[in-house]
Amino acid sequence: MKVHRHLDEELERLRDTVLRLGGESEAALRRAMHALSERDPAAAREVLEHDDVVDELEVEVDRQCIDIFVLRQPAARDLRFVMSVTKIAPLLERIADHACNVARTAIDLADEPEVKNAQRIARMGEIASSMLAEALDAFTKSDAAAARKTILRDAEINNLYNEIFSELIGMMVTSPNTATRSARLLLVAKHLERIGDYVTDISELTVYMAEAAIIKHQRDKLETA
Amino acid sequence: MAATLKTTPQFDIRNPAASAPLEPKIVVKDLNFHYGRHQALHNISMELPERMVTAFIGPSGCGKTTFLRTLNRMNDVIPGTRVAGEVLIDGENIYAPGADVVDLRRKVGMVFQKSNPFPKSIFDNVAYGLRINRLTTNRRHLEERVEQALTDAALWSEVKDRLKSSALGLSGGQQQRLCIARALAIRPEVILMDEPASALDPIATSKIEELIFVLKKQYTIAIVTHNMQQAARVSDFTAFFLLGKLIELNTTEKMFTAPDEKTTEDYITGRFG
Repeated sequence: MKVHRHLDEELERLRDTVLRLGGESEAALRRAMHALSERDPAAAREVLEHDDVVDELEVEVDRQCIDIFVLRQPAARDLRFVMSVTKIAPLLERIADHACNVARTAIDLADEPEVKNAQRIARMGEIASSMLAEALDAFTKSDAAAARKTILRDAEINNLYNEIFSELIGMMVTSPNTATRSARLLLVAKHLERIGDYVTDISELTVYMAEAAIIKHQRDKLETA
Repeated sequence: MAATLKTTPQFDIRNPAASAPLEPKIVVKDLNFHYGRHQALHNISMELPERMVTAFIGPSGCGKTTFLRTLNRMNDVIPGTRVAGEVLIDGENIYAPGADVVDLRRKVGMVFQKSNPFPKSIFDNVAYGLRINRLTTNRRHLEERVEQALTDAALWSEVKDRLKSSALGLSGGQQQRLCIARALAIRPEVILMDEPASALDPIATSKIEELIFVLKKQYTIAIVTHNMQQAARVSDFTAFFLLGKLIELNTTEKMFTAPDEKTTEDYITGRFG
């Protein structure tokens, strides 16, 4: 006979809250990249105005996690789930913060002429967004294999970042009049690269949640597996 | 699946597999136990490492207390019981024909769920085992042993000025620590505890748990508890019993974060029933 557990309802509510937070971060990133690519400062301002919602959700996740730890003392897979969520929530909040920084740049560059690397940065944004979507999907399904695949995709972002970095530095040297715009785009590229790292962290926590395996700081092993 | 523990003096609780083996204090091999026609324990095999705390958990009637009591033959006094298999303490089978039960009980002390001080003075309670076992006849030596046992049980400072008062006047938590002192007085090597804190308030429980932590430096301890948080707090290893079978034996850290068996996980996460 299956016993009804009040804890199940609380874990379900926590899962919903963290997924709402994830959804908000994902939307913020997509909207910020759209604002940058399409020179849409209104969309960028929406991202900034909406950031309070993200912050509130992070605090709400914290509150629910503390309640569960104190009142329910979870063990085994429940413990791993709550433990992972306490670490995933701030990562999602930071992703949204990076999206806000991209949005600020979008506002700054809205009236500036386009720099030729813009398309590649947009591509970097697409990869970051799809990685985040995959990571949240793997978390929802507690799918360690999918999380591991997402981790390997971080190399795509890193490679693209290195290429864009070299190109933008080259442009600053050869066309000093683009230096300010190039520097701003370089920061956008850096924000996206950091988002790739946070998505990797989220995926590592999903692996821990699903398999109790701690794989952080073991990228070499993952790549040769 | 019953696991066999291999441990080491430099035991790494987070990585037991990488640790070199240590001689266990107690080895149980294929232990079966019957109350009349009812089989209460089925083929239990496990090792209890020396100077470590092993907790036994499981739902009521799972056999954990029965198993604990087989470790010093306390079940012998129940009519109609039958035991098969071996319990080796320091390599000697306590169920071998001719095994000395009195000597066994001296070596393996026991603390029960309900504190059971004798209706005697505090001093006489602790001195009781020493006297009947004739472990000392020298008054000064007796006093030293009593003081040492009360100190080891973290009770000395609370009772040193009223050793002649009745033990029944102590609080529940003090009575339980007195029973631990009584068990320690005869200098056992193993201490069995059957839900020693289940009738105590949180402060008294905390004192017992702190005491267990100190005692394990000197004794091998096995504890039955219904309180899983207590098992998590006090033990190095945890054994999960169900329907008279040992389902899983693991390091406590592994047991409560990522048990190997699904049944264990269902039990400790409360999904069981």
